Amino acid sequence: MITLQHMLTLSAVLFSLSVAGIFLNRKNVILLLMCIELMLLAVNFSFVSFSRFLGDLDGQVFVFFVLTVAAAESAIGLAILVVLFRERKSINVEDLDTLKG
Amino acid sequence: MDKTGLLAIPLLPLVAAIVAGLFGRLIGRTAAHVVTIAAVGASFVLSAQVAWQLITGQVPVFDGTVYTWAVSDGIRMEVGFLVDPLSVLMMCVVTFVSLCVHVYTIGYMHDDPGYQRFFSYISLFTFAMLMLVMSNNFLQLFFGWEAVGVVSYLLIGFWYQRPSAIFANLKAFLVNRVGDFGFVLGIAGVVYFTGALDYKSAFAAAPMIAQQTLALSPEWTVSAITLICICLFIGAMGKSAQVPLHVWLPDSMEGPTPISALIHAATMVTAGIFMVARLSPLFEQSEAAMSFVLVVGATTALFMGLLGVVNNDIKRVVAYSTLSQLGYMTVALGVSAYSVAIFHLMTHAFFKALLFLAAGSVIIGMHHEQDMRKMGGLAKVMPITAITCWLGSLAAIGTPFFSGFYSKDFIIEAAHESQRWGATYAYWCVLIGVFVTAVYSFRLIFMTFHGEPRWGQGGAQAGHDDHAHDDHAHDDHGHGHGHGGTPHESPWVVTLPLVLLAVPAVAIGYLTVQPLLFGGFFGDAIQVLERNDVVRELASHFHGPASFALQAPLHPPFWLALAGVLVAWFTVLKRPHALDGLASALAPLRRVLDNKYYFDWFNENVLAAGSRGLGRLFWKAGDETLIDGALVNGSAGLVGALAGVVRRVQTGYLYTYAFWMVIGLALLLGWFLLRA
Repeated sequence: MITLQHMLTLSAVLFSLSVAGIFLNRKNVILLLMCIELMLLAVNFSFVSFSRFLGDLDGQVFVFFVLTVAAAESAIGLAILVVLFRERKSINVEDLDTLKG
Repeated sequence: MDKTGLLAIPLLPLVAAIVAGLFGRLIGRTAAHVVTIAAVGASFVLSAQVAWQLITGQVPVFDGTVYTWAVSDGIRMEVGFLVDPLSVLMMCVVTFVSLCVHVYTIGYMHDDPGYQRFFSYISLFTFAMLMLVMSNNFLQLFFGWEAVGVVSYLLIGFWYQRPSAIFANLKAFLVNRVGDFGFVLGIAGVVYFTGALDYKSAFAAAPMIAQQTLALSPEWTVSAITLICICLFIGAMGKSAQVPLHVWLPDSMEGPTPISALIHAATMVTAGIFMVARLSPLFEQSEAAMSFVLVVGATTALFMGLLGVVNNDIKRVVAYSTLSQLGYMTVALGVSAYSVAIFHLMTHAFFKALLFLAAGSVIIGMHHEQDMRKMGGLAKVMPITAITCWLGSLAAIGTPFFSGFYSKDFIIEAAHESQRWGATYAYWCVLIGVFVTAVYSFRLIFMTFHGEPRWGQGGAQAGHDDHAHDDHAHDDHGHGHGHGGTPHESPWVVTLPLVLLAVPAVAIGYLTVQPLLFGGFFGDAIQVLERNDVVRELASHFHGPASFALQAPLHPPFWLALAGVLVAWFTVLKRPHALDGLASALAPLRRVLDNKYYFDWFNENVLAAGSRGLGRLFWKAGDETLIDGALVNGSAGLVGALAGVVRRVQTGYLYTYAFWMVIGLALLLGWFLLRA
């Protein structure tokens, strides 16, 4: 029997994986974007689970909103990335440290 | 005596000064001296008229306000005149000497490029001095006091291309600041106790102030009147060049000679004497302050006279003579013989202006040579100058029947009669001073006018070399005359004032001693307490000017003066090298005198250097180290150092920020959960 617990655990594992991905990844900005997407999906998964177990469709409606925003966000993110690559000839995270104090 | 007439007396010279000063280039040289001489002449005539009316009793003493400038917290700041016998005497002396000096200047400054400027300044000076003596309140007194100081500053530095003149006028200015600081404190003390600036309320409150004390510190309480009077007298010490604030006066001889006569001998330097006499009701209340006045005056009278004996610059000798005579006046003030002080002030104004103008005439004749060692035998070529200078010197040393005799003898007598603390010291100082006065006065006469000429054979050439360094200032003098180094008598504009001044220098003492000292001339203008009244004591010995003069051989001053003249004659003319042995034996003393008692050395190396050192200390330690270093750059540096540590957090990598964001979120959430 699959319970809410299992699903929430899966969601938390997915979220943690994406956070770890952001921290550990030192090479590729695209990977960062993918990790952010994965975070959003983990949250979406929680929304769907709660909706399913509480019998309330509002959570599933929210998922659509999140997916839309996530799509827009990745589009902008990738666009920035293209510009960044043109500018720097690199998408290496190690090189992007101009915020340094 | 209407206000308009009185206002005209000081304002005419002011208008003339403005015209000559601002439009001098426009109106030309002749017009500049015509307008200023006319104004000062009119001022003199009006003063004499006012004096005549006042003395003959046609008009009462005038004491009134002509203009209220401001009222602040009940303190009225006004322009007002007090015209009483003391003021009119000063007004007549000031305008008369000023008039003589104006005329003299036509000759003396004849070729100077700053001709109009000079006339403007001396007219302005006349205005300021008249404002000072005519004032009926402390504020106007202070205004006049500072205004004469400014003109003095401008005139000492008249030849402003000379570094020595600039040094001298700055010195005069700074030394006078010291005195004025005391003066302002004294005035502030009066205002503190009376709440008013006019003399009348200050005099009325004088006995009340005498009862008061002022706490300078919790343990140290002094009598208020003593403190006020000493502060006021410190002002007088600056202006009237009393030890130790005398150092500026000898240096002020850098100015043109007419100025030395008018400002630094006859009038401005006597402002301090006049001020103390004017404020006699205040000074009378404090024995301690009077003793202070007495000792300072006595010291100045003797020790400054001694300096005149060793100096070789003709003007400086007269300057030291002035210092010494100012000391005499101060001694007279110190023994409460105010009328005698003013009497000596008047006689001194005439004979000292005469001596200075005569010295100036010699300087013109010698083509701007001031060293007496290069003169000699001038009596033959400059007879008028020589005769008037003789008369002036005879008056100065107190020859019977001459004006200086009466004034000086009464000062000595007054010091002798006085019971005040320090009077014995003062008596001996002024008595020995008579001998010293005679020595330096006749040393000047003999070195300048008699003996072998030392200017003919190449000496004149050397003289020209000597003052080549300042030639640019007034090189148009002397060389334009076209007769080499030969001295010559001065033009009539120079000798006329000499003759004009010689008359009062000889006669005014004889004519005025009776009314001025014993005839109650000053009335209420000078107030002396019963117990201090030495002049009344003197009156009992006095039986008319002629008999007083005939009795002179019975008193020591006569023989001291005679001895002084003989010593001067012997050492200068008879046996110039007779005292060489003595001189070498007294070499250390001579060195002290040549260095003017090391006052200048002390001022330059201790006071000035000390102030500079203190300033440098504050600059380096206070400003640069503490404020700039610790506070300004220190706080910035601290922020920088802190930031240097904190900036390590800012790696610039996205994941670091994200990491901290997550950590922060976790902490916040944890706190949120745990709190519940």
